[in-house]
Amino acid sequence: MPEWVTPLVAPFILLNAVIGLVTYVTLLERKFAARMQSRIGPYRVGPHGLLQPIADAIKLMMKEDVVPTAADRPVYNLAPVVFLIPCMLIFATIPFAPGLGVADLNIGVLFFLAVSAMEIVGLFMAGWGSNNKYALLSAMRAVNQVISYDLPFIFAALTPVLLAGSLRMSDIAAAQQGLWFIFYPVIGQLAFIAFIVATVASENRAPFDILEAESELVAGFRVEYSGMKFAIIQLGEYAHVIGASFLGALLFLGAWAGPGPEWAGPIWFLIKAMLVFLLITWVRWSFVRIRVDQILALSWKALMPATLVLLIATAVVVVWRGHAGV
Amino acid sequence: MTTANAGRVELDYAGSERLTMNMGPQHPSAHGVFRAILTLEGETVVGIDAVIGYLHRCHEKLAETLTYAQYPSIASKTDYVAAMTSEFAYVRAAETIGTIEVPKRAEYLRVIAAELQRVASHLLWLGTWCLDMGGALGGGATIFLYCIRERELILDLFESLVGARLLYGFYQVGGVRYDLPAGWADQCRTTVDLIEQRIGEYERMLEDNPFFMVRTQGVGVISRELAQELGIGGPLLRGSGVHHDLRRADGYSSYRDFEFAVPVETSGDCFARYRVRMVEFRQALRIVRQALDRLPDGPISSRPGLKSVAQVRIPKGEAYARIEGARGEVGCYLISDGSAKPYRMKWRGASFSNLAVLPHIIPGHKVADVVAIMGSVDPVFGEVDR
Repeated sequence: MPEWVTPLVAPFILLNAVIGLVTYVTLLERKFAARMQSRIGPYRVGPHGLLQPIADAIKLMMKEDVVPTAADRPVYNLAPVVFLIPCMLIFATIPFAPGLGVADLNIGVLFFLAVSAMEIVGLFMAGWGSNNKYALLSAMRAVNQVISYDLPFIFAALTPVLLAGSLRMSDIAAAQQGLWFIFYPVIGQLAFIAFIVATVASENRAPFDILEAESELVAGFRVEYSGMKFAIIQLGEYAHVIGASFLGALLFLGAWAGPGPEWAGPIWFLIKAMLVFLLITWVRWSFVRIRVDQILALSWKALMPATLVLLIATAVVVVWRGHAGV
Repeated sequence: MTTANAGRVELDYAGSERLTMNMGPQHPSAHGVFRAILTLEGETVVGIDAVIGYLHRCHEKLAETLTYAQYPSIASKTDYVAAMTSEFAYVRAAETIGTIEVPKRAEYLRVIAAELQRVASHLLWLGTWCLDMGGALGGGATIFLYCIRERELILDLFESLVGARLLYGFYQVGGVRYDLPAGWADQCRTTVDLIEQRIGEYERMLEDNPFFMVRTQGVGVISRELAQELGIGGPLLRGSGVHHDLRRADGYSSYRDFEFAVPVETSGDCFARYRVRMVEFRQALRIVRQALDRLPDGPISSRPGLKSVAQVRIPKGEAYARIEGARGEVGCYLISDGSAKPYRMKWRGASFSNLAVLPHIIPGHKVADVVAIMGSVDPVFGEVDR
């Protein structure tokens, strides 16, 4: 196989894998939420509702695509794509096993964090272009919230980077072969908690989903979207959450480390990422939403200083021990 | 400008950075068909214009065309979340005019139904209120479904008692329509025990949750003076520090026979109203237990063997009867001209009076608080508009 084929084929395979994963993760979440709420969840389409995501996708494709007359058409039409691209790009630097990934950059974590923060552009375009007051308020909240929580998110994610001494994701995974960073005394657990909180908030998941806030803003920035555009926004949102779950599993749970043969590595990685995802889901279905001013206060007054102190403490520990790694 | 802007609607800032936003009548947390026209400065609400009347169904006129035997089942439809209470108020008004005696057993059955209805209504309130704060795709939905699960148990009881799950027609002038079916009392005791246990679970789930506490404490404070001035009632009034419960103040029906506490909270915020209702749950269940234990034998109506609906005739006169519904004072003013139908009927809906508090307490809060405050008021629009 010529060398130039891989960069073309690998992203194609990865994108399709991610889309397939997203479709079925929605089913996982619905089943999980249903069990929490003493319901059964999707059950009718296919055995145990296994074909439900496909039915949903077909339904969304067949829906009428409504564009509000007052919308800013170019912005409105472009927004879902602008939103989706960063959500998909974040998977680029994640290695799913040693050597199995699209691009194992030496600044992998930085790339992930930088691209992941770009979703705000799509959110804001959707909220602004819809020319809807609910969507506008939601876009305002989006800018507030995502900016406030990206900093603690980055600080929490940088703690394992300091411990591993590298921004390359495969190096971070390799550094955890002995001890997963979540088990690193004190620092590991605190960083993981901060990471989960910041993830939930910067992914706009409940209880921090003030962008969507359907009890006051109906559906927030995507209130005017229907059909495939809505589906693309949903896809992007879930892809982002799953990307963050993979990042969490890689930074704290030792990525592909696990018992069994080497080829089981990606499976372990997937299981760990799904555990992180279910943790986020568990939080989502247990808490009531908090208010926008309280969310900002939590970030700037508590999470930001805490993660910053944690980061500095980690740096001190690493310098004191004289070497990175466990 | 050009054609690109032809269909564009300008957001009406009016130069003062204010935004007018419509909430309702079709809105996820409109609790029916409530329309609030909010004036916003950023996220802060500076003005609210409440619009009601979307669910008006001419109930008072309708009552003039229906006999005293027919209307109780229609009275259910004013407050469809607590259907038993409006029937109760109507038959009590008719009985007051006609000085009709109600047998002891019927009075006890009325109290059992009314208190179970209160629990069912509060359960729906707790669920929808948390749904307002937590979102249909979040923790609110979880507690909502739990509450609905318990409400179903009470609706099952009503179904085996009356045959209907939402609108009952259980109360009749002179008594009640049905006696308890076999095994109902035991089923009711089991349900009451189960619900009491689950209420404790919800309390822990909510009060141990800091997010719930910051959303409710200090939000939407109704002062004692404001509460009395506006004539609000029920848990809102008691949450603002006024010790007033018609079951205690009037002691109508057989409420004097039972022991129960009237919860009062002084802080007047959403959390106080929540606490009042949580205690009311337990007190209502306590009354049901006492009534089941002491249920006397005897007839269930003082006018048995009615062959035709026109046989219930009330002498000329007028009366106002009020009862403590789940949302406050539900009153029925009835004028009889001696025929089989009332000459005039007037409802005093508890939600209608309670809703008047919104413009006084909402300005100054954030948009998200609007739904939390509105949910804590617990309006039912069938009762507001009638």
